[in-house]
Amino acid sequence: MTATRTMTYAEAIREAMFQAMTADPRVFLMGEDVGIYGGAFGVTNDLYEKLGTDRIRDTTISELGIMGAGVGAALTGMRPIVEIQFSDFLCQAMDQVVNQAAKLHFMVGGQASVPLVIRAPGGSGTGAAAQHSQSLEAWFAHVPGLKVVMPSDATDAASLLLAALEDPNPVLILEHKLLYKQSFEVPEVFPKALLGQGRIVREGTDLTIVATSIEVQRASEAAELLAADGISAEVIDPRTIKPLDLPLILASVSKTGRVLLVQEAVKFNGFMSEVAAGIAESPAFGDLQAPIRRLCGLDTPIPYSPQLERASVPQVADIVREATALVKEW
Amino acid sequence: MVETPTAAEGLAILRTMWRIRLFEEAVEDLYGRGMMHGTMHLSIGEEAVPTGACLALKDGDQITSTHRGHGHCIAKGADLGRSMAELLAKDNGYCRGRGGSMHIADVATGNLGANGIVGGGLPIAAGAGLSNKLRGVDNVCLCFHGDGSVGEGAWHEALTLASMWDLPVVFVCENNQYGMSMPSKKAFKVENISDKAAGFGIPGETVDGNDVLAVREAVQRAVDRARRGEGPSFIEALTYRWRGALEVGQEPLPHQGRDPGLARPRPHRAMGRRDARHRACHP
Repeated sequence: MTATRTMTYAEAIREAMFQAMTADPRVFLMGEDVGIYGGAFGVTNDLYEKLGTDRIRDTTISELGIMGAGVGAALTGMRPIVEIQFSDFLCQAMDQVVNQAAKLHFMVGGQASVPLVIRAPGGSGTGAAAQHSQSLEAWFAHVPGLKVVMPSDATDAASLLLAALEDPNPVLILEHKLLYKQSFEVPEVFPKALLGQGRIVREGTDLTIVATSIEVQRASEAAELLAADGISAEVIDPRTIKPLDLPLILASVSKTGRVLLVQEAVKFNGFMSEVAAGIAESPAFGDLQAPIRRLCGLDTPIPYSPQLERASVPQVADIVREATALVKEW
Repeated sequence: MVETPTAAEGLAILRTMWRIRLFEEAVEDLYGRGMMHGTMHLSIGEEAVPTGACLALKDGDQITSTHRGHGHCIAKGADLGRSMAELLAKDNGYCRGRGGSMHIADVATGNLGANGIVGGGLPIAAGAGLSNKLRGVDNVCLCFHGDGSVGEGAWHEALTLASMWDLPVVFVCENNQYGMSMPSKKAFKVENISDKAAGFGIPGETVDGNDVLAVREAVQRAVDRARRGEGPSFIEALTYRWRGALEVGQEPLPHQGRDPGLARPRPHRAMGRRDARHRACHP
């Protein structure tokens, strides 16, 4: 049994960054207010005191410029981490993410790569409204050359960040802003993680719930409630949505015969549509006893009102309701 | 006072300019005969800018380039065979035929690549400068860009970061007077685009981009400054593109007919409206 300790999601990310920067002089971080301010969500906190302002580098409010500077530094021997304050602001940096970082390795015939790690918080739940609460993962997963990671707990947030820093190509990590202050049990040493390897969070036999980011936690809570009602739910966290650990999902679907796909992002053209298609195209389709079901955010901007905000993305009760229907009706 | 080159230097300068001119003419010829596909942006008439600018560089220095980038690559030392092979979509091209004209790069020698996005190279140049600074080397990144990119947010953000951090970057604006069809005189309400450098608190200078020695001198001054750790500079090189970008209805320009020193008796094709060949070389 390995020793554990308690730390928040934000602390785990901070410790992983400190660990990486201590081990590798090529790693540095730049972003808005990451220095003395400590980051908009306090992720960097006092890192600049330990590592200096060269490596914990405050920038102007220039997302496109920062992202491009990350690309240029990555092309020339550094391992930059670019923090984008809210993932919504990636819209300001799209050219450098999509047209430059993602494509350079391919466009230049493999003679160079862009080992750039982008960290950005997504998701709703803080009352920050429509321009600070989106879940845009599907956009980025749609671009060949980008890897997209969505850690759902502190250990994954740290381990996947360390894995991303070892990857020769650009990796976008979409953290969840509601998780930053939550505490988790984490091992003394962050375990080695592989990008593209999902995780069975909880085993079950009646249905599979695939969920991402904060919805993993909600799905786990729902699974507890479902168990009390005699329904055994298996919860799967893909952890990286691209590359996707489809075999893990398919094996679970074949076992349970039912699948509920849960994401905070809007349903239309979302990541779970890809998972649904992957199941439908596979032999696991033949093991299904019920149609594939998706539970996603409403097709609307995230509203400001706390009641409306909660109502616009899947909550625990919604997952329980959908899972129960899936099992009882089929 | 522009320093006169030695005979050997002069020969080398002229050789580079001719290599660019003849390369571009070969591209135009192959394209016109249907032997090359895709999109080609020729830099005929602009040879003095990359030739003069790259003379100020040493090993390990980088450049970022543009969609009109063949001249930059050649001036930085690219192999003509591998460059042409890339344009012909061959596996022995710089990018193994994956990139083509707008993505030629030779990263190992510091050519960080042409760019299909106007303004795309500017923040990348800032990043290369930052990398040089963080790695503690005295290398400089030369950022070629066109007047068309001056209206892009990327231009402003790159200059903001480079000036804030005193990065070793020299921004060389090739003002060939048109952003596709938009005259730069109409687009920018300043006498010279280099006047904008003052807004970033960095030196700005306008030079005759068809005078290779004037370009060399200005860029050398800026590169020396950057190497000393004193930060970025902005140089506007006034030039003119002779091919592949004049659009419908433009008036003849003051620079039309001027040449950076490579004029030779060759009938100049009527320009002013797209013709089939012209259109083929520029969307």
